Amino acid sequence: MNRRLSIIVVEKDRDRAVMIVDGLREAGDHDVLVIADELGLARRISERNPDLVLIDAGNPSRDAIEELTLASAPLQRPVAMFVDESDGALTQAAIEAGVSAYVVAGLSANRIKPVLDAAIARFHLMQKMRVELAETRRALEERKVIDRAKGIVMRAKGIGEDEAYALLRKAAMDQGRKLAEVAQALVTAAELLK
Amino acid sequence: MTVTLRLGFVPLVDAAPLIVAEAMGFAEEEGLALDLVGAPSWSSLRDLLAVGQVAGAQMLAPVPVALALGLGGPARFEVLSVLNLNGNAIGVSTALAARMQDHDFALSDARAAGLSLLAAVEQRLRIGVPFAFSMHNELVRYWLEGLGVPLPQGLEIVTVPPPLMPDALATGEVDAFCVGEPRGSVAVDRGAGVLLLPTSAIWAAAPEKVLAVRAGWAEADPDLAGRLIRAIWRAGRWLGQAANLTVAGEVLAARLGVSAELIERSLTGRLVIAADGAERFAPAFLRFDGGAAGFPWRSQAAWIGARLGRRHGLNPLGAQVIAAEVFRSDIYRLHLGPAGADLPAASAKVEGSLLLPTPVASSRGKLILPPDQFYDAQVFDPGLAG
Repeated sequence: MNRRLSIIVVEKDRDRAVMIVDGLREAGDHDVLVIADELGLARRISERNPDLVLIDAGNPSRDAIEELTLASAPLQRPVAMFVDESDGALTQAAIEAGVSAYVVAGLSANRIKPVLDAAIARFHLMQKMRVELAETRRALEERKVIDRAKGIVMRAKGIGEDEAYALLRKAAMDQGRKLAEVAQALVTAAELLK
Repeated sequence: MTVTLRLGFVPLVDAAPLIVAEAMGFAEEEGLALDLVGAPSWSSLRDLLAVGQVAGAQMLAPVPVALALGLGGPARFEVLSVLNLNGNAIGVSTALAARMQDHDFALSDARAAGLSLLAAVEQRLRIGVPFAFSMHNELVRYWLEGLGVPLPQGLEIVTVPPPLMPDALATGEVDAFCVGEPRGSVAVDRGAGVLLLPTSAIWAAAPEKVLAVRAGWAEADPDLAGRLIRAIWRAGRWLGQAANLTVAGEVLAARLGVSAELIERSLTGRLVIAADGAERFAPAFLRFDGGAAGFPWRSQAAWIGARLGRRHGLNPLGAQVIAAEVFRSDIYRLHLGPAGADLPAASAKVEGSLLLPTPVASSRGKLILPPDQFYDAQVFDPGLAG
């Protein structure tokens, strides 16, 4: 008989928490609890005594969970997933996806694997979204700087927009630098000369 | 041929030898390009090193010892050098500080500070430390146990990630803390706590962070290991020069994301202890160099092993023998002897026996070890020959 697994997800961000929980539900009918407040984390987790704890590897609160792995009752204590070397590939995948798992000792691997696979998939997705968001932000920032630099060149030389852009591009190519870098240098220099 | 080496660190002032080795050209001198990877927690840094995503890492001195004793995971690490001695501070919540009016907060007398703290505790004393296996944890326990008075029933030492420490103090989750810099100063500036004692007042020369690699790594590629150890050693020597501290503060500020002023407090030992700006000088608050500071003494590891062994139900003597093997003073000698370091003749010492700077036998004959006493005048003799 497979009883339901009791899973705790530590995640402050509500949207991310929802994504992870949805992913876990697809993996099976489990009892999932999200803890958002990280103060007293170890105490809250040990009160609940879950089978599995999932936490973003980038979350500094992971260190508080480590403490639970030293608890005195060996059968109930969660162990860091990488302790279980039975599935090295799964461990590697988890680390790459940025998810850390703490699993109660003795829980069989075939019960944990579907849950972890689902968690890993969600974390990958979130990582991808995070990278895309950062890319978009960076592109926007660069666009803004280039526009400002263009304006400076237009005013200084009394030329049109296309011509100013062509000048900046040429300067970047001649110096072997990125357009955004040259634009940033120009904007910084112009600030100084104000 | 420049070789790129990925090293992990936690953004703290005592990551300085790694950061300086990269920023000030000591790595480059050895043909190394250091790719420094900041880690959000000690457990994640341990995992990064264990799975080989970084070649070496700044590590809490007790972590490699604990792993060797089978505590905290299956990885096996070795310590190539000690990055710094001391550098942590114990602080109390403002509420607790207000109940310690009799105490002068001079930062020098561990016994007086401890007795005053215990007298101010009402029922519970919950102290936050960054990690279960840390000198923070060991020194706080050593300090309280050595006071010779009954400890409060409600004494608990819990892990609180240092970025959360100010909130944990403000909400009463913890009553006191022991953290590395700049975390203590940040807590002070936020008005969350008052500094009570530098850990150097508990043990005057405690190993704090170490340079750790996977077991066997240094011997598999001795040339690379030698270059890394020398670059870090030269960075430590540079950090030991008072004239360099302003530059060091700037270099670290850029990496750690706090102001250079905050960092200089720990580099100079001139600590601001409370939000009202009260200042105290703590000599040898944080040491990177001088008196073989970087030498991985087997006796330091043995001390940690004996403490961990006792607390986790292992044979303390056996634990200290296993622990001593983890600090690779032999590898340190191999690479720094030819580089001109003044190496001690012995690899273990009786910890706590030096009350004054003391000349000892060394390879170049000029080594003076700094005081290393414990506040309670105990000594630790690991019984390791040589």
